[in-house]
Amino acid sequence: MIEFRTVTKQFPDGTVAVDALDLVIPARQTTVLVGSSGSGKTTILRMINRMVDKTSGDIEIDGEDIYSLNPVKLRRSIGYVMQNSGLLPHRKVVDNVATVPMLNGVKKADAREAALTLLDTVGLDRQLAERYPSQLSGGQQQRVGVARGLAADPNILLMDEPFGAVDPIVRAELQQELVRIQRELGKTIVFVTHDIDEAFLLGDQVVLLEKGGRIAQAGTPADILSKPASDFVATFIGADRGRRALRVEVVNGRSVVVDEDGRPTGVLQS
Amino acid sequence: MNLFLDGIAWIFDPAHLNGPGGIWVRIGEQLSYTFGAVALAAIIAIPLGLWIGHTGRGRDVAVLTSGGLRALPSLGLLIIFALAIGIGFKAPLLAFVILAIPSLLSGAYAGVEAVDRRTVDAARAQGMTEWQVLTKVELPLGLPLLIGGIRSGVLQVVATATLAYFASGGALGVFINDGLKTRDYAELIGASIIVTVLALLLEGIFALLQRLFVPRGVTAGRISDVRSRPLRPRAVVGSPIQEGK
Repeated sequence: MIEFRTVTKQFPDGTVAVDALDLVIPARQTTVLVGSSGSGKTTILRMINRMVDKTSGDIEIDGEDIYSLNPVKLRRSIGYVMQNSGLLPHRKVVDNVATVPMLNGVKKADAREAALTLLDTVGLDRQLAERYPSQLSGGQQQRVGVARGLAADPNILLMDEPFGAVDPIVRAELQQELVRIQRELGKTIVFVTHDIDEAFLLGDQVVLLEKGGRIAQAGTPADILSKPASDFVATFIGADRGRRALRVEVVNGRSVVVDEDGRPTGVLQS
Repeated sequence: MNLFLDGIAWIFDPAHLNGPGGIWVRIGEQLSYTFGAVALAAIIAIPLGLWIGHTGRGRDVAVLTSGGLRALPSLGLLIIFALAIGIGFKAPLLAFVILAIPSLLSGAYAGVEAVDRRTVDAARAQGMTEWQVLTKVELPLGLPLLIGGIRSGVLQVVATATLAYFASGGALGVFINDGLKTRDYAELIGASIIVTVLALLLEGIFALLQRLFVPRGVTAGRISDVRSRPLRPRAVVGSPIQEGK
C-alpha cells in the first residue's frame, strides 16, 4: 500500500504541481492516475520512487516513510517503466533486462538467465535477447521496458504512459498483455495515462486528476461512469457522448445496445 | 630544382636520420610532447568535463574558460613559461598542456551532455547511483565525442610542438629553425613534411579509434536507419514536381 498524506510539490520556478494530495494506493491492484497534461500525474508517480522530491507531507510504502530509505535502494525495489522505454542503447536487450538484478549483486549468468524467462513473460521471442534496443520496434522496446521493470521482482511497478508512443494496434496488444501479466503476478501497479479508455481498461481504481494534482474523483471505473462527481469528470470521461452514452433499443425482439448516433454496438445477453 | 624532392631526399639521408639530434630523436621528442601534454591535460580536463556534463554545473564557466584558453597564443605562452621556469622541455610542455585542455574539456562535457536525458533519467530511476549513471551510461555513450576531443587536442599539440625549440626544447622545430637560418630549404621542407605526415597519421589513427568506440548498439541503430531510407531518389514517370511554381 502506498499512502500520500497532504503531499505538496512545488517546483523551483514556483509551479505547484501537486497541492496537498491525500491518496491511498491499494496493494496488488492497478491504480491508474489519469488527467490531462499539467494535472501532476507524472509528478505524483515520480514522487513514489523519489525521482521527484516532495516539498511537504508524508509518503509511505507499507507504513514506512520513504524518506527514511536510501533513494537508490528504494528505486531498485520499485519497477519503473517509462514512455520511451528508456532502454540503454549500448546494451543488448538481455543486459537491459538484467540491469537491476545485477545492480543488486546477482551474478551475471543468473541475471541473464532470469532475464530470458522474463522475455517469455512479456511475450517476446528469446531470439531478440542478443539484439540492441535500436533494432527492435517501438512495441517490442516497450515490452523490454516492462520486462526490465519486473526484473528485480518488485512489489510495486510504476508505469509512466508506457504505451503512449506506440500505434493504436500495438497499444491494444500491450494493454491486453499487461492485463494478463497483472492477473498472473498481482503487483501493485501505478499507471499514468491521459487516455481515459486505457484507464478504464486497466484500472481497478481510477484516480482522475485536475490541475494541481487535485483529485476530481477516485473510484472503480464503474463508480466513475455511473456517478461522475462533477461536470469536469463527466466531460473528461465523455459520459454524455459517443460510445459512453449507450441506450437499448428493441430490434426483432432482442435488446440491442446502440450508441449516441444509434449505431449498434452489441446485444444484451439475458 | 624541385624543393619538395630535395626535402624528401633530406629526410632519407642516413646522416640526418640517425644519431643524437637526428630525425628519429626529434620525432620522438615531438611525439613525447604530444602525448605527454595530452595525457597531462586529460588528467585535469576529462574528470572536470565529465563532472560538468553530469551535473550541468559550471558549464558557463567552462565554455568561457576554454574559449579564453583557445585564444591564448601558444608562442607567447611558451616564452612566458620559459622566462618563468627556464628553458628546456618543461616550459613547452606546460604551454602545450594549456593548449590541449580546451579541446579535451569540451569533448568530455559535450560527450556527456549529448546523451539522451531520457536514457539518463531511466537509468537513475532503475536505481543506478550517480557514479553508475556516469560510468555505465554517460561515459560509454559519450565516448565518441570524448575521443573526438582528444583527437583535436593531439592534432593541435603535434602541430604546435614545433615551437618547442624557442625554449631550447628540441623536437622537429629545430630543423625548421635551422633550415630557415641557414637557408637550407631542403631541411626546412623536409622537417615540415615530417610534421605534416605525423599529423595526418595521428588524425587517421584517432578517426579510426573514434569509430571503434561508438557503442555497438548505437551503430546498430544507425545502420538500420540508413537502410530504411532509399539510397537515392527513385525515378518517377512524369514531370518533376517543382516547388514554388
